[in-house]
Amino acid sequence: MNLIIKNGRVVDPSQNIDEKLDIIVENGKISKIGKKLKADGYKEIEAKGLIVFPGFIDMHTHLREPGYEYKEDIKSGSEAAAAGGITSVACMANTDPINDNEGVTSYIIEKAKDVTKVNVFPIGAVSKGMKGEELVEMGYIAEAGAVGFSDDGYPVRSSLVLRRALEYQKIVNKIIIEHAEDLELSENGVANESPLTYKLGLKGIPSASETVIIARDIEILRQVGGKIHFAHVSSVWSVELIENAKRNGLNVTAEVTPHHLLLNESYVETFSPLYKMKPPLRSEEDRVALVEGLKKGVIDVIATDHAPHTEDEKELEFGFAPFGVVGLETVVGLIFDRIVMSGIISMQRFAEVMSKNPAKILGLNNKGSLEVGKDADITIIDPEKKVVIDPNKFKSKAKNTPFIGWEVKGWPVYTIVGGEIVMGIDK
Amino acid sequence: MFKRKHLLGIEGLTRDEIDHILDTAQSMVEVSKRSVKKVPALRGKTVVNLFFEPSTRTRISFELAAKRLSADLINFSGSSSSLVKGESFRDTVLNLEAMHPDIFVVRHSQSGSPYYLTTFSKSSVVNAGDGAHEHPTQALLDALTIRQHKGGLDNLKITIVGDILHSRVARSNIFLFSQYNTKVVLAGPPPLVPPEFKNLGVEIEYDLDKAVEGADVVVMLRIQRERQTGSYFPSLREYRKYFQLTTERLKRADKDAIIMHPGPINRGIELMKDIADSDRSVILNQVSNGIAVRMAVLYLISGGSNELNN
Amino acid sequence: MKVKAKVMDQRKISSTLKRLAMEVIERNRDLNNTAIVGIRTRGVIIGERILKLIEKLEGVKLNFGILDITLYRDDLSTIGPNPVVKGTEIDFDVTGKDIILVDDVLFSGRTVRAALDSIIDFGRPNTIQLLVLIDRGHRELPIHADYVGKTLPTSKREIVEVRLKEIDGSDEVLIVEEEGF
Repeated sequence: MNLIIKNGRVVDPSQNIDEKLDIIVENGKISKIGKKLKADGYKEIEAKGLIVFPGFIDMHTHLREPGYEYKEDIKSGSEAAAAGGITSVACMANTDPINDNEGVTSYIIEKAKDVTKVNVFPIGAVSKGMKGEELVEMGYIAEAGAVGFSDDGYPVRSSLVLRRALEYQKIVNKIIIEHAEDLELSENGVANESPLTYKLGLKGIPSASETVIIARDIEILRQVGGKIHFAHVSSVWSVELIENAKRNGLNVTAEVTPHHLLLNESYVETFSPLYKMKPPLRSEEDRVALVEGLKKGVIDVIATDHAPHTEDEKELEFGFAPFGVVGLETVVGLIFDRIVMSGIISMQRFAEVMSKNPAKILGLNNKGSLEVGKDADITIIDPEKKVVIDPNKFKSKAKNTPFIGWEVKGWPVYTIVGGEIVMGIDK
Repeated sequence: MFKRKHLLGIEGLTRDEIDHILDTAQSMVEVSKRSVKKVPALRGKTVVNLFFEPSTRTRISFELAAKRLSADLINFSGSSSSLVKGESFRDTVLNLEAMHPDIFVVRHSQSGSPYYLTTFSKSSVVNAGDGAHEHPTQALLDALTIRQHKGGLDNLKITIVGDILHSRVARSNIFLFSQYNTKVVLAGPPPLVPPEFKNLGVEIEYDLDKAVEGADVVVMLRIQRERQTGSYFPSLREYRKYFQLTTERLKRADKDAIIMHPGPINRGIELMKDIADSDRSVILNQVSNGIAVRMAVLYLISGGSNELNN
Repeated sequence: MKVKAKVMDQRKISSTLKRLAMEVIERNRDLNNTAIVGIRTRGVIIGERILKLIEKLEGVKLNFGILDITLYRDDLSTIGPNPVVKGTEIDFDVTGKDIILVDDVLFSGRTVRAALDSIIDFGRPNTIQLLVLIDRGHRELPIHADYVGKTLPTSKREIVEVRLKEIDGSDEVLIVEEEGF
């Protein structure tokens, strides 16, 4: 589709732009960007009062297909993404069967082409069956379309396998994403290990279970080189480790979830499984350090770790409920309102962590930017739109959000992928 | 005055409320001593023992308490089931609730379950032990026992020994005594007595000799043999060496110190016969007081719910 | 609350109790087999006074018990938070004995019914006799007193207040009405 977006405030960190500009899209690419542009016959989007960003990318989601379609599938997950202003998602490999071969990778890519216009990029497992014993055929899987590798749901269990993956990365140049959790230290834990959970009689997941793996990975990286991305960082000590690693010149990046930026463990006193996830919500000190880390550049990306579960599954005793919360439909509004408009990070930084940086880490060279010639993936936000978060209105099959009832000002109103409007107020 | 619809835990109760429950319990003690051990106070009320974790003693205690108040009682034993294994907790409760019970007495392996129950049930809920979180009636019967022997709950030193980490009894006791002018000291192997407990206003002393010094009350907790495999302590032999309450150790406590234990006792591990069967041990008092306390709780809860229904 | 009338003063109460004590002695041949059980709270005080009077007159100290009828009330499900239980103390065997149940005011009769149920749970007395300081009528159950201090015709709206030195500071019986009637 050919489009012209007029009068919007365009924010693009890749070109250091933050001003009122018009954008023309032709054949799915950004073809022109400037002032007072004209394009007769093109579909016009009036963006006065709105903010125009390079399309947002959520590099950590669980779409549950194949195998767990009752929780979510590629179609409903992409619809959720589109509703939330997200133009590309990377989906993790802990499906059934696990995405540890090019067959499953191809299936996901083909299915996505059939059911959605949103970009869906599979992330393959690092080890076969995610057992942490043998490396997967990284080459074939990358060729089939995977943009990275992760055993997410689990850490890469063997230090040796991680080393091999990092060495192999020299010929399969895709990011390796670590879910940092030492399974022995976190055994049977359900919430952050702290005075609060000791009081509540809940088994704790100590911060050490995260930092132990981050430290391990950083040292292996130091030894053999490569690049590693740490998923859903949750502890102040993790931020410290990553900051040091970066200072030492190691190619380390990190992401944080909206719930870890906005919530802390005090919500767990309600014993509601809506606040149960891995890694767990930690102390206020941890939360503040994550926000600081995002601000300072220690943390590069915001990713939701969108983890759909059915209502029945989340309506269980706290100890028995599965871990995880959804996020695709709420991340943009929540972060825009509570982190950007509150003055914690700038509009440019927002675009960096939501678009430019994830694109770079995943090697999506034609995305994350509104430069002429790049893919026309665009997210447009109305900074005045007020929304009360209501899971009953979600496009996702799942309703498990900890932000139920939150009032937010600022919400995505257009999601454009390759020039196609996949979500729009006048669609 | 205790007027609540539920008793989910001790945390949050005021000293006034606790005193009221204890006073009521004291007056119930007499009922169990007569030949006709029954009063009609809860006649026509239905109490459901909802036990998702095996327990004979607490269940029997609640059963007798309900029956001595003339209530009707039914016992439901379920394995702590998750969705995969069978009927969910929620479904089980809703099904039972369709039979119009007045009070659910709940014991469950997961902390927070009684609280969760109140979010979808209309009946009153009494927590009979949820995971490692709280066991309010145990703390209350401990307090009643101490009160009977010491005249009150203030100005005492209470030492609690054992697996604090996994103990709901310890937590409820800590919450209860925080309402009184009383010093609580915790002792046990360090992996089972995390320093974070200091946040609750108690002291921690890993040397048992020091911990019992001058104590007015020593509460011995049961050490589960299974904890040994979690590497919480290397062996029962070592546990005995450092944490068994011996007659020698007891000499350091106050000369009128009483020994308590929530039961069941691991004879030879926490305690030896010389102490468990001595006249300093009030363990059997605790059991009788248990019934009185549970009668008091059921009585007060059924009155409280009326106020809310109005 | 408005005091409408003072129907008994200290002197009158004292002489009435003396008369009641003598009636009890007259009607119960074997005082060693007789016991006084006072209903909390003021029934207990009156019962103690009767006990002392009998001891002074006959030199016999009867068995004495305290009854808290809270757990036997028939109105527990309709009133608010359950009332405070203070406890029953009967440390003698009631079986075969002549029990003198003592209360301050006899009104609807429900308190006495509860007291009867409670005593019978303790055993099987030979007789239960009822002694009250005031009988104010308006019975709702077929209950009657064996020993009556004073019969007082009242309207249901009125409240009969018995005040006793031991807890209220003075001995008197008043008829009181709520303001606004």
